[in-house]
Amino acid sequence: MQFNQPAGDNLFDESRVVGMPAQRVDGPLKVTGQAPYAYERHDVAEGQVVGYPVVSTIARGRITGMRTEVARQAPGVLDIVTTLDVGEMPMPSGMNAAPLFGGAEIWHYHQAVAVVVAESFEQARAAAALVEVDYDQTEGSYDLESAWQEMREDRSDPVSRVGDFESAYDAAEVTLDAEYRTPSHSHAMMEPHATIADWQDGKLTVWTSNQMVEWSRQALATTLEMAPEDVRLDSPYIGGGFGAKLFLRADAVLAALGARKVGRPVKVMLPRPMIMNNTTHRASTIQRIRIGAQSDGRITAIAHEAISHTLPGGSGENAVAQTRRFYAGENRLIVNHLAEMHLPEANAMRAPGEAAGLMALEIAMDEMAEKLGMDPVEFRAVNDTQVDPEDPERAYSDRHFVECLRQGAEAFGWDARNTAPGATRDGEWLIGYGVAGAYRDGPAMQSGARVRLQEGGRLVVETDMTDIGTGSYTILAQTVAETMGVGIDEVEVRLGDSAYPVSAGSGGQWGAASSTAGAYAACLALREQIAGRLGVNDPEAITLADGAVNTGEKQVTLASLAEDGELVAEDSMEFGDFRDGEHVVSTFAAHFVELGVHVGTGEIRLRRMLAACDAGRILNPITARSQVIGGMVMGVGAAMMEDMAIDTARGYFPAHDLAGYEVPVHMDIPAQEVTFLDTLDPVSTPLKAKGVGELGLCGVAAAVANAVYNATGVRVRSYPMTMDKYIDQLPAV
Amino acid sequence: MRQFSYERAADPAGAAARAAEVEGAKFIAGGTNLLDLMKLEIETPVHLIDVNGLGLDEITETDEGGLRIGALVRNTDLAADERIRRDYPVLTRALVAGASGQLRNKATTGGNLLQRTRCPYFYDTAQPCNKRAPGSGCAALSEGAFSRQLGVIGTSDACIATHPSDMAVGMRALDAVVETVTPNGMTRSIPLEEFHLLPGETPEQETALMPGEIITAVTLPAPVGGVQTYHKVRDRASYAFALVSVALIRQPDGTGRVALGGVAPRPWRSAEADAELPKGAEAVMARLLEGARPTEENAFKITLATRTLAAMLAEE
Ligand SMILES: Cc1cc2nc3c(=O)[nH]c(=O)nc-3n(C[C@H](O)[C@H](O)[C@H](O)COP(=O)(O)OP(=O)(O)OC[C@H]3O[C@@H](n4cnc5c(N)ncnc54)[C@H](O)[C@@H]3O)c2cc1C
Ligand code: SF4
Repeated sequence: MQFNQPAGDNLFDESRVVGMPAQRVDGPLKVTGQAPYAYERHDVAEGQVVGYPVVSTIARGRITGMRTEVARQAPGVLDIVTTLDVGEMPMPSGMNAAPLFGGAEIWHYHQAVAVVVAESFEQARAAAALVEVDYDQTEGSYDLESAWQEMREDRSDPVSRVGDFESAYDAAEVTLDAEYRTPSHSHAMMEPHATIADWQDGKLTVWTSNQMVEWSRQALATTLEMAPEDVRLDSPYIGGGFGAKLFLRADAVLAALGARKVGRPVKVMLPRPMIMNNTTHRASTIQRIRIGAQSDGRITAIAHEAISHTLPGGSGENAVAQTRRFYAGENRLIVNHLAEMHLPEANAMRAPGEAAGLMALEIAMDEMAEKLGMDPVEFRAVNDTQVDPEDPERAYSDRHFVECLRQGAEAFGWDARNTAPGATRDGEWLIGYGVAGAYRDGPAMQSGARVRLQEGGRLVVETDMTDIGTGSYTILAQTVAETMGVGIDEVEVRLGDSAYPVSAGSGGQWGAASSTAGAYAACLALREQIAGRLGVNDPEAITLADGAVNTGEKQVTLASLAEDGELVAEDSMEFGDFRDGEHVVSTFAAHFVELGVHVGTGEIRLRRMLAACDAGRILNPITARSQVIGGMVMGVGAAMMEDMAIDTARGYFPAHDLAGYEVPVHMDIPAQEVTFLDTLDPVSTPLKAKGVGELGLCGVAAAVANAVYNATGVRVRSYPMTMDKYIDQLPAV
Repeated sequence: MRQFSYERAADPAGAAARAAEVEGAKFIAGGTNLLDLMKLEIETPVHLIDVNGLGLDEITETDEGGLRIGALVRNTDLAADERIRRDYPVLTRALVAGASGQLRNKATTGGNLLQRTRCPYFYDTAQPCNKRAPGSGCAALSEGAFSRQLGVIGTSDACIATHPSDMAVGMRALDAVVETVTPNGMTRSIPLEEFHLLPGETPEQETALMPGEIITAVTLPAPVGGVQTYHKVRDRASYAFALVSVALIRQPDGTGRVALGGVAPRPWRSAEADAELPKGAEAVMARLLEGARPTEENAFKITLATRTLAAMLAEE
């Protein structure tokens, strides 16, 4: 089905199920430990044995020799596959930057170099420690600061230039020129990467934890030089991904190679101490922002120039993305440098680009508001735009950022705060308030589904869409229930199997909007079949409600239609060029934070947080709220503690686990309030919905940073805002 | 993790004798530190002697009016003990600032004193570390290394790691004494002050214990009264090791004691620095941290320690 024009009135405008606060349909399975996560799928293949990875202990160089004899003799060992045995393999996909396995070349620390397969986990782990590897180490580059010093003034290849930034900036009445730094971040999802692989008659099945089933099926086939039809991937439950599981990772490759070698199903989980360096991370950035404005607050010139690190062939962190479109201003300059470095692979992490970019831009906006003597809410509102500032012909499909700011400010009590930095005290606590804007694209991708009308009038929807803890099961059940006129309990949702129609998958906050549209397309195909059965030519002439079909002349139950066997329909929603060609489809929010900074120690304690979000139709306020508050927690982490510090001599991240890489604990998170504007975006999808999964993270860290400034009067431009960066500037105790 | 054999000890002297007799043997108590390190092959004992059944899990009163805390008393139970809460509140406060509820349920008094450093390079067996692999060098001291968490005083050119315990900092402020039984059945009393060694040239030697020697108890002298507080500073509000922690016992006349965690290879306290307490935080820290040798990344710990104490003193 084509989505070629904005949605008109449709059944979702009188919805009974979509938009309602339905509890998670998969909740009971999860809280009773019954949801089958990849590593625990003991029942899917008999005779499972365990693979344990061996990883590189240098950052860059070549393997000159490997000795596995001792390891092979260790108790329980079945076999060992080394990277030298298999030799170089094709890159899994254009989106992977580092090879996952194969060949002598070492691209980064903790690259997988062997997998030891044994009867038990303990045996495999013990034997893995006995594998010896010789390296010829070569110099790598690991220092973003020095790369930045080299590239800082190079504007020869800008992402975009509009008007004449330099002249406008020089002429501006008020200007800001500041540099900001964001560190590398780890996804730090709870469930590690894990795969069980089994070969039968030359065909491979992997039970794994992956956000993008089709991408990864293709990538696995490419890597192993197989026909994609011979690979099946199954990933029904995922214990968090945040982008770490968008692409094929080493667990799947090692399990597949190990299983082929020993002729038994092999399971491999990446141990936590390997995850930081074996897998991907959000790259660190250095960002320079210049803003020029007239004294009335209107921005006349804005430049965002950034650098991030990547392995050759990767794309780093596109921190300038939002600045192209978020705020008005006639003269614009956007530059994005990539520094090729030999750290582990930088790749997508939740809100790639915007998360890091807004950490800088939204401090800059705060600084600029202060220079102008304006309220930061007002300054943002003045610079709202309803069109793409780079291409004013393209209008925003539906943008209510100013309403987010105003409604958020009202609900938060923003006007009642003390605006003077460092001037509000509550005992030992310096109290501060901060605001930041949030912007994240609202993409949609083609998404397919199959619907079955079964005995008793039950409906089953099958799609390779994934639920990474987001609520996909629930919103798809709601969509099918709505479209087919049944209750949510009548719908069974089956996800994550590559045997099902290809969906958009979970990434880039496109999953919810796209996959519900795909399920809707399949349901319309089923409705057409039903109409045909009942002799009605126009499928729109039938209505479905309470498990029955009404043709206007007669009423039959869905159950009766399936009496002689199930009805099956399949379709895919394709999004036409009008959507993103003629419009900018985006999501918006405003974040407000109140916090205290301990006057003696500099410790930060948040007191309350509020987000006002504009993301089109909210398909389910419970799951949407969970996404946003989870994003806010992640934003607090980015603001206050998350830091994959780089050892610039050895070229790796010394943080080896979740004690070394701190993410927020319950005590760090105060009361969180989330409001959704009552908006619809007909350009986005037939359901007029967009994503919220990444929006919740965007801007949060800057709101915290701005509140720290308001509390202390000390402006910190480098994340995380740990006390070492401002303790010596706090007032005397 | 390497293969190992396992036995349950019946009495402290027998346990100590066995530990001295079997090469590569180690005691296991709560296992919350040892097992983690064994999984990573940072510790590779070939034999484990389980000390959980030794009956060392009571807190009893001493003739001197203090308390004797069995080595197997769990951190949770110790923190909750009414006598500790009433007479040694700095210890309760230090304990509950450590780890998490689940870990404290398992962690023991002896095991806590003997937990190993959290230096990130100690945890990566591919990296040089004099503490883990004597003579291999110190990765944390090389150019470009990550040293923000590590020590600023009492360290050496061979090692700048800290001792991560909170409990030990509270105990140090209370002048605790470690009681042990040696492999030949003798009992020893080691003041906590002398229990953890400074690294010098031999960072792998961390305590005054001789091979096989078992901790049986920690004794606290009679209560010293005063207002007792513990402030642990870290990047998140809970469940993280200290950047700096301060144990303070303050008497009504302004005198008292100060012990620091997170800055040194052992809980850091000195009588000279205590004597400066009436003059305030700056004076105490000038003494206590005299001769500190921080790295560029962790120099803030000195300011942080001073300001933390100042804030505690300002609190009434
Ligand atoms: C995630 C995490 C966070 C933590 N956070 C903190 C924190 O914030 N603050 C803090 O202070 N601690 C923290 N800890 C450490 C925790 O306190 C220790 O792991 C615990 O106290 C160790 O006690 P145990 O009984 O489990 O020791 P074990 O692991 O059983 O033993 C540790 C060592 O002591 C030896 N040993 C044990 N008992 C005896 C004995 N009676 N005589 C001689 N030798 C003995 C063992 O041989 C071993 O070498 C944390 C630990 C973890 C895993
Ligand atoms: S500081 Fe000590 S523990 Fe850390 S690497 Fe150096 S020697 Fe090892």
